[in-house]
Amino acid sequence: MKKKVLLMGKSGSGKTSMRSIIFANYIARDTRRLGATIDVEHSNVRFLGNLVLNLWDCGGQEVFMENYIAAQRDHIFRNVEVLIYVFDVESREYERDMHYFQSCIDAILQNSKDARIFCLIHKMDLVQEEQRDLVFQERETDIKRRSAPLGITAFGTSIWDETLYKAWSSIVYSLIPNVRHLEAHLDSFCSICEADEVVLFERTTFLVISHSTHKEHADIHRFEKVSNIIKQFKLSCSKSQAQFQCMEVRADDFAVFIDVLTPNTYVMVVMSDPTIQSAATLINIAAARSHFHRIEQGQIAR
Amino acid sequence: MAAHNNYGAFHGDAEDEVDSHSPRGQQSDPELPQAQELQKPRLLLMGLRRSGKSSIERVVFHKMSPNETLFVESTSKLRKESIVLSMDLEIWDFPGHLDVDDPSFDGEEVFGGSTALVFVIDAQDDYLEALQRLYTTVTRAHKVNPEISFEVLIHKVDGLSDDHKIETQRDIHQRISDELADAQLDNIHLSFYLTSIYDHSIYEAISKVIQKLIKQLATFENLMNILCSNSGVEKAFLFDIMSKVYIATDSSPVDMQSYELCSDMIDVIFDVSSIYGPDTQDATLSPSSNPNPGNGQGHAVIKLNNGMVLYLREVNRFLSLVCLLREDNFEKQGLIDYNFRCFQEAILDVFRLRKHGPGALKDKYSHSYG
Ligand SMILES: Nc1nc2c(ncn2[C@@H]2O[C@H](COP(=O)(O)OP(=O)(O)OP(=O)(O)O)[C@@H](O)[C@H]2O)c(=O)[nH]1
Ligand SMILES: Nc1nc2c(ncn2[C@@H]2O[C@H](COP(=O)(O)OP(=O)(O)OP(=O)(O)O)[C@@H](O)[C@H]2O)c(=O)[nH]1
Ligand SMILES: [Mg+2]
Ligand SMILES: [Mg+2]
Repeated sequence: MKKKVLLMGKSGSGKTSMRSIIFANYIARDTRRLGATIDVEHSNVRFLGNLVLNLWDCGGQEVFMENYIAAQRDHIFRNVEVLIYVFDVESREYERDMHYFQSCIDAILQNSKDARIFCLIHKMDLVQEEQRDLVFQERETDIKRRSAPLGITAFGTSIWDETLYKAWSSIVYSLIPNVRHLEAHLDSFCSICEADEVVLFERTTFLVISHSTHKEHADIHRFEKVSNIIKQFKLSCSKSQAQFQCMEVRADDFAVFIDVLTPNTYVMVVMSDPTIQSAATLINIAAARSHFHRIEQGQIAR
Repeated sequence: MAAHNNYGAFHGDAEDEVDSHSPRGQQSDPELPQAQELQKPRLLLMGLRRSGKSSIERVVFHKMSPNETLFVESTSKLRKESIVLSMDLEIWDFPGHLDVDDPSFDGEEVFGGSTALVFVIDAQDDYLEALQRLYTTVTRAHKVNPEISFEVLIHKVDGLSDDHKIETQRDIHQRISDELADAQLDNIHLSFYLTSIYDHSIYEAISKVIQKLIKQLATFENLMNILCSNSGVEKAFLFDIMSKVYIATDSSPVDMQSYELCSDMIDVIFDVSSIYGPDTQDATLSPSSNPNPGNGQGHAVIKLNNGMVLYLREVNRFLSLVCLLREDNFEKQGLIDYNFRCFQEAILDVFRLRKHGPGALKDKYSHSYG
């Protein structure tokens, strides 16, 4: 199942950087070496086995933008499932950025009016921490106003922290078919394990696909933090020609397991009952493998 | 990498940072007069303005993420920090405009005692002035305290190609050695490190600098050798968890890849623990209220697909041991854990000795018998 995803925004806003970090195992620092994208770079990313993200990374220099909006309008904006529009929060050409954004919105409205639109206010790391919320809200309000009648979802992001994972997890989540079905099964798995929560990650990107939480947790950013942490670690493993397989952390009052679930996913199981032995949890994970594999392949009906 | 400042859950919270002007309770304990006399080992961070001194201190000892150092303000006066690591350590972060020849500069106080002078040179900049400053600083410090160790960080090498790095180090080494030789001071030994806050190099360098200040280093190494050979462990590091500095390793050679993996494991485990450990969910607890001192029971396992296992065990609330071993050897986890507990006990004894003087161990044992 192939889904067309447009990645747009002005030149230097960080489109190729984020794509390379999420899908091509770059670390943040490596993106400094990226050159400007010429015209459109296409890539197909297999996600969860049979979902294919057909990414259109559209170089943002003005000549190209003009071209997308005019000559190539239909070609670019037809059959779009998701538009990701990236704004450089530090850009000094605010009105011009907005002008191009609105042109793209118009083109989407004409050609793919059901597309979901995500706006990333990017490079938030360059804004002083205390001001980030305020800056984000201002921009979000303005962008929403300018996108009407289309609805958009906005995120503040930076390649330097977990916010990038938060945004991209939400984006892919919106593309996964039958995600509710998966969630229901994850929920029963959580009960069987007597876990506080279980979280499903896509294997290569470590983006969060789904989760089931039975015990409330105060940190609403925890999943993207874990994505970021494990992704970083996977990269350092591959530097030593090894691959991350699984992990277990145990202290007095909690235990966390991260392990392969299906060929396309990892699962994280969080326990807080100290009387449940690690071995029991590991057996539960092992037992769940084939079940989730079949769900993924669509062999278990809704 | 995530910036994080509260690792409390896994090992209990530590007093992260103590104002050096208020002596800590421990020191004023009247029953331990010896502790008062001991000067804490000290790292002096010196070098020209904007060479990166404060950034190093923030990144290594306060978990600041490297890109955030862009916001660090220039240091206007000496900042002393008492870092409560596994070993007590003071870090003195000097302003770049420091003049060691100024009459108000108290060389005796600054350079005395068990001290490492860490001189930071910005390798991306013209370094001739820095070398001049290095020379005056080194000669002054050496006069006051011939025992002081000189550590030269050729810093910000992330902007340099590999060839350029080596050439820079060679050039700096050559120039400063010539100058010292001309002054007949070639008995002064300087160590050089290529560092950047954007990768492991800064941790590796600071680890080596700190190890020179640890008097019991040989004992630690020895204990680690015994542990490794008895447990089928290929490589082990004893990490200070807050800083990711390793204070000892077994005597097999350090290969950078294993070191980086072990060091990254610390990040993973403590980041995950700081999310799911129960304490941290209560954000109102300040780090210094120390609700739950680690009991040395925490552990973690990471398996890799090449048959290797990373095994982490908490030693106390500051220290963790990270081992790299083959998966077949890990099957004897019971044996490893037993050996670990012996190791842990021995390490903790060394620390009690150091903290409380030679009498401490005797006290411990006489208590249990009497
Ligand atoms: N500070 C900061 N810099 C970023 C961030 N994301 C990307 N960058 C930097 O921005 C620069 C440009 O990034 P690219 O990804 O090449 O920009 P682009 O949007 O693909 O540009 P075009 O291909 O010309 O459209 C690079 O030097 C990145 O390192 C971020 O979150 N924070
Ligand atoms: N590229 C790079 N930049 C670094 C590195 N370390 C520090 N910097 C940058 O260097 C600049 C100056 O850093 P500071 O830590 O303030 O330098 P300082 O030596 O304390 O300066 P003074 O307090 O003025 O003496 C900051 O912008 C840091 O981001 C590094 O390893 N690589
Ligand atoms: Mg690009
Ligand atoms: Mg400074």
